[in-house]
Amino acid sequence: MANENVQMWKELGMDLKPHETLMNALGPIFQEIYLSQKNRPQGMGFYDFVVGDIHGIRVKELREHAKNGGKVVATYCVFVPEEIVWAAGGIPVGLCAGAQFSVPLAESVLPRNTCALIKSSFGFKLGRICPYVQASHLIVGETTCDGKKKMFEILNQYQSVYVMEVPNKKTERSRQLWLGEVVAFKDVIEKLTGNKVTGENLRQAIDMVNDRRRALQRLYNLRKVKPVPISGKDALLVTQVSFYDDAKRDTQMINALCDELDKRVAAGQGIAPANAPRILVSGSPMAIPNWKLHHIIESAGAVVVCEESCTGTRFFSDLVEPGPGGLDEQLKAVANRYMNIHCACFTPNEERLDDIVRLAKEYQADGVVHYNLQFCHTYATEAAQVEKRLEKEGIPLLRIETDYSDEDTGQLKNRIEAFLEMIKP
Amino acid sequence: MIYAGLDVGSRTIKLVTFDATIRDSRVIETGVNPMRRCRELLSEKKYERLVVTGYGRHLVAPVLQGEIVSEIKAFAIGSRYLFPECYSVIDIGGQDSKVILLSDKGEVRKFEMNDRCAAGTGKFLEIMANTLEVNIAGIGNLALSASKIIQINSLCTVFAESEVVSLIAKGEEPGAIALALHEAIATRIVTMVRRVGIKEKIVFAGGASLNRCLQKLLEQKLGVGLIIPDSPQTVGALGAALLAKSGKFGS
Repeated sequence: MANENVQMWKELGMDLKPHETLMNALGPIFQEIYLSQKNRPQGMGFYDFVVGDIHGIRVKELREHAKNGGKVVATYCVFVPEEIVWAAGGIPVGLCAGAQFSVPLAESVLPRNTCALIKSSFGFKLGRICPYVQASHLIVGETTCDGKKKMFEILNQYQSVYVMEVPNKKTERSRQLWLGEVVAFKDVIEKLTGNKVTGENLRQAIDMVNDRRRALQRLYNLRKVKPVPISGKDALLVTQVSFYDDAKRDTQMINALCDELDKRVAAGQGIAPANAPRILVSGSPMAIPNWKLHHIIESAGAVVVCEESCTGTRFFSDLVEPGPGGLDEQLKAVANRYMNIHCACFTPNEERLDDIVRLAKEYQADGVVHYNLQFCHTYATEAAQVEKRLEKEGIPLLRIETDYSDEDTGQLKNRIEAFLEMIKP
Repeated sequence: MIYAGLDVGSRTIKLVTFDATIRDSRVIETGVNPMRRCRELLSEKKYERLVVTGYGRHLVAPVLQGEIVSEIKAFAIGSRYLFPECYSVIDIGGQDSKVILLSDKGEVRKFEMNDRCAAGTGKFLEIMANTLEVNIAGIGNLALSASKIIQINSLCTVFAESEVVSLIAKGEEPGAIALALHEAIATRIVTMVRRVGIKEKIVFAGGASLNRCLQKLLEQKLGVGLIIPDSPQTVGALGAALLAKSGKFGS
């Protein structure tokens, strides 16, 4: 099995030595952060297995798909409409960009004062240490920030990148622009796969992805319960894995996990004591294996009950609402859904402030931790408005700015513990 | 009954013992083996309960069977005890600086801490003192001796150090360079103060409050006087001892 993986990585042109170092590092980290948790749901077993073989079995599936003439499309952002890729018989994979390991590599090309997510993703390609990038036929980028936009130009020198233009406002003109981008993306995917996107296959893809969104909604709804039946770390992992797992299998696994959590809720079983402070995390995405903040918060005796982020509610809270009509109508439905994502790349972005307040109430949060990747200017600047709004609503807020490295763990613990003392119910 | 508060900081370890009043108060260097230092400090001390704060709290507390509290809370409690009229605390320690706003009841209402780097902390001053060939105790007086005002633009410890080196190479007077460094820290602290929205009276604690130049600059910039405790380094340890007595610990 292990040898089979090595052979596969070799065929994918990976740099095996640093990759081995990365894989060897992940095991102990996962053990410490995840497996050491007590009273975990059994349904997490699947996710432990997936992480245990993170660059193995799923990559193998993608390779099988490719051997049969299928295409793999890699993405970095929740704005890329995955339905279109599925409809054309392709497989979309959200690439991981959450490891410090590849950051120093990237810094040999990118400015140091670039956010860790951009550096990490770029470093993975530069160092040839991510089998998902290696196994993909096209990378799809977007214009959600300036750092990414310019990084994609350089990335394109290593592997084919297609960039979708995400507008910055939500006016009618912007919506038209975005619809045009979605249609153009369909053309690109048709050309890549050699398959036509039709009203019918797109409709099927919409239903399939919506099912996964509903499953994640179900999981998050269970987190509203007091005491919460699943840890924030585990829920975050489920969301992270959803970015690259097969959508149908993923939906089944999430629903199976939720069945188990339903029983816990019925029995009043919580993962943490009922009086543990409940935290809503809001802000920048946490790509796998970025579990840093959740780990610090939960090690300090609190529990994360929701993520208002792209690796959280922004990923699944809206469904595509398909109409009865043909391809044009389905494409419009897809475009509309994606324009409802409340990303800080939009101006104004008042809806996100409403979301944070609403989620804090729905999830019975005792406080909000605003998580900001260092050098992510849109979220950092928007944080000032988040602060003002939450102050008005009387919801306690802690602002954290950090990256993937561990240097500041001491300071973060200090702040988070002080915040928890402050808000303890 | 005696209660003990231990503040295991990045540069120094502080111990306060308390019954109805402060019984003993000590400051020693942290060194490379803080666990051993703490044991030495507590040997032959008898106490009912121990509360530990500071960077080493998670290392030390389980071994010494102490409870844990954050420095933010410890400084808030210690300051309010010493000065019942205080509503804000500025603490500049070795590794971090913080500004805390208190409620009427003496609870932490809001706080700000410096980000990941050493800029605006005692460590920053220490490194710069080294570059200017004075010790940490002397850099404040050196700054007060300045005959002119110049500016340091960088607050990053690494960049500021190279800026200092180039100022030295330009023949700038060491006093003026030292003053510029203090000026930079004070500006940084005042930004944090503005974010928290400070309220009088203000206690200035932590090792850096022993620095007269920093004290003067902060008072000028804030336009108010600061209260400096007699023993500004042990305010956190005192807070921890008071919490040990009250039985109300951290999270």
